[in-house]
Amino acid sequence: MEYVIEMLNIRKVFGNFVANDNITLQLKKGEIHALLGENGAGKSTLMNVLFGLYQPDGGEIRVKGQSVKIANPNVANDLGIGMVHQHFMLVDTFTVTENIILGSEPTKGGKIDIKHAEQQVRELSERYGLAVDPTAKIADISVGMQQRVEILKTLYRGAEILIFDEPTAVLTPQEIQELIQIMKALVREGKSIILITHKLKEIMEVCDRVTVIRRGKGIDTLNVADTNPNELAALMVGREVQFKTDKKPAQPSKEVLEIKDLVVKDARGVTVVDHLNLTVRAGEIVGIAGVDGNGQTELIEAITGLLKAESGSILLNGQDIFNLSPRKITEAGVGHIPQDRHKHGLVLDFPIGENMVLQTYYKKPYSKNGVLNFKAIYDKARQLIAEFDVRTPDEYTPARALSGGNQQKAIIGREVDRNPELLIAAQPTRGLDVGAIEFIHKRLIEQRDQGKAVLLVSFELDEVMNVSDRIAVIYEGKIVAIVDPKETTEQELGLLMAGSKQKEAGVSS
Amino acid sequence: MNSSRLTKFLIPVFAVLLGVIAGSIVMLVSGYNPIAGYSALLYGSFGDSYYIGETIRQTTPYILAGLAVAFAFRTGLFNIGVEGQLIVGWLASVWVGVSLDLPKVIHLPLAILAAAAAGALWAFIPGFLKARFKVHEVIITIMMNYIALHVTNAIIRSVLSDKGFKSETVHPSASLQSEFLQSITDYSTLHYGIIISLIGAIIMWFLLEKTAKGYELRAVGFNQHASQYAGMNVPRNIILSMVISGAFAGVAGAMEGLGTFGNISVKAGFTGIGFDGIAVALIGSNNAFGIILSALLFGALKVGALEMPSSADVPTELVDIVIALIIFFVASSYLIRLLLSRFKKEGK
Repeated sequence: MEYVIEMLNIRKVFGNFVANDNITLQLKKGEIHALLGENGAGKSTLMNVLFGLYQPDGGEIRVKGQSVKIANPNVANDLGIGMVHQHFMLVDTFTVTENIILGSEPTKGGKIDIKHAEQQVRELSERYGLAVDPTAKIADISVGMQQRVEILKTLYRGAEILIFDEPTAVLTPQEIQELIQIMKALVREGKSIILITHKLKEIMEVCDRVTVIRRGKGIDTLNVADTNPNELAALMVGREVQFKTDKKPAQPSKEVLEIKDLVVKDARGVTVVDHLNLTVRAGEIVGIAGVDGNGQTELIEAITGLLKAESGSILLNGQDIFNLSPRKITEAGVGHIPQDRHKHGLVLDFPIGENMVLQTYYKKPYSKNGVLNFKAIYDKARQLIAEFDVRTPDEYTPARALSGGNQQKAIIGREVDRNPELLIAAQPTRGLDVGAIEFIHKRLIEQRDQGKAVLLVSFELDEVMNVSDRIAVIYEGKIVAIVDPKETTEQELGLLMAGSKQKEAGVSS
Repeated sequence: MNSSRLTKFLIPVFAVLLGVIAGSIVMLVSGYNPIAGYSALLYGSFGDSYYIGETIRQTTPYILAGLAVAFAFRTGLFNIGVEGQLIVGWLASVWVGVSLDLPKVIHLPLAILAAAAAGALWAFIPGFLKARFKVHEVIITIMMNYIALHVTNAIIRSVLSDKGFKSETVHPSASLQSEFLQSITDYSTLHYGIIISLIGAIIMWFLLEKTAKGYELRAVGFNQHASQYAGMNVPRNIILSMVISGAFAGVAGAMEGLGTFGNISVKAGFTGIGFDGIAVALIGSNNAFGIILSALLFGALKVGALEMPSSADVPTELVDIVIALIIFFVASSYLIRLLLSRFKKEGK
């Protein structure tokens, strides 16, 4: 069997930390090979070694049987290795073509031959079914399109082997399906693909083989056809993982959150939450299902005071919290796991320990007479880090240096520890691996069992169906149906989310 | 973590060294003797007690101006208006110093507080505009500098003097000048202001690093969205940050008004101290202790430069070139980081 890439016994050490411990990865020509591992397992390190960003401390890399030394990304490019980064490297104000040729501009008499380049880009785009307009500005195209531009960039430079670094993390479900088609088209044309991911569903759907790594060690390489998600998850995490979270039936009691006739406009003055009504009771998890952009973000920002609402009423345990300041709402007993943990959830340049008191720093015991008590702050931080299994070198490490899953666990620890009456979790597991997802779901259910009200917003149907006790479907700023997760199906929810069954559902609920 | 702190400290040190080396090349090329030039510079800044006194005196306003820039910077704001805030602080301190008659224990603190209040007020305007209307503070503070310059000149002519060019001297009860400090430094112009600026550095450190308010200000500086999420009042913190920054700048002006000069005279142009404060803060890594050191460097360079024409025939402008080169090397700290990592690798 011919391998296009062989990484044999690759070892990479940072200080005392062994990021890659003799990992072997062999890529066949024309296959889609998944590299599966938890956050921080060493996937990115291994790929950065292949792409020439890191130099291995041991092992050998072979390209088409030839032993090579990849000193920098230019060498990788010359060897036909291209990387589609998770965070796009595009110039917003340039066109698609300008971005693609950046760094290797074709010239004609000293001028950039943009016409020729556009033609080439168009041909490539058509050949692989990418449907990218070569003359569009990056700022004007969707995230999914931008990713295709990244793919075109590697193809334009003659890549034979494409590395996709968590490509679906930023995409909507439709875009993910389109990407899968593109990847299939690429291998049909003879390209080989390494897909870095921790999403088992995608692997089962698109990959031929999968290499699992755990804590820097290569665990196994399997044919996808011979395995199943349960086995992969167990290999990745190192223990059995439950996909269906066990939970007792909910025992809802009094109403904690009551929203009536809420109207919210976004920054452009468009009504995005439209006379919305919703109640969440103590001891239940209400999941909001909906396609992104149907008012979920604005609804949560209005409840938490981050966005001023136009009209309506919001009661928390009977107390009016409509358009109060975020601090008053927090003090009234609302915990909020924000959708964007980097934007809202953390001050990334602060130590993780100081992030643990982001809403309580001014209270005793964390400060006294306006002076911070660092001992109390870091005692609390150590307690939460231990309790919520936040993996960090120490509590003084900047939050920026933690992996996404650990940042999220820190935020959840902080919010849960404040013991709020209402816990709002927006996309709490976005971008996390199965181990962390399981942990977070358990914590949400634990809150419910302690008699708290939990409001969950997620774009992942599995998550909403799995965790919620009631599902509220949001469409164009309105709750169009309330369904019981035990009695509904993905198909029904999908239709409701698309607004098509609005009338009947409204009657049946 | 320790090694990154060391690097932080080493970058300015290396920048200074590189600046000095590059400066000697400039001297050589223009036909001057760099060794004579630098020895004159060194002698002129630390050579005897008089020069030491002068250097410390020059360092005093630099510390406070550097603190003013750094405080704003640490909270996410770029206060270019330190110069103007310093000038209005200077005016306010002298005004209080000449127009009131009070016991020293009240008069002197009152004059300094007046300077702080004036600087704070001057910085409040751009802070408010930024917080309320999102007007960029750099634009407003630059313009406020010119307003400060010309308004103070008008007040000196029309109120503090009878169409003259300078105010009266402040009353002894509001003066920072010290016969004792002058006598131990061979009658330099050294005054008690240095103590005030060192206290200022301690205040800045304590306020930012140790208090709940400082935590809030730093959080807003790093991430306004997270601060809003955490329940902090972002606009109010922006204004407060500018006000505190301006207060430091105003006190820097008081050092000149109550200490060095004892009066205020009509200015043809800016003092430059406020602008140099930006460089002081940069070289001091926006850290209170670092600012004391970098202000001392600036004070020494400025005072020592005066000695260069007479004893080494090197023009004083050369010191400005050296300072500019040091700033250049700090700003291009990437280069120094690269050099440092090379050294470290070879060390292994």
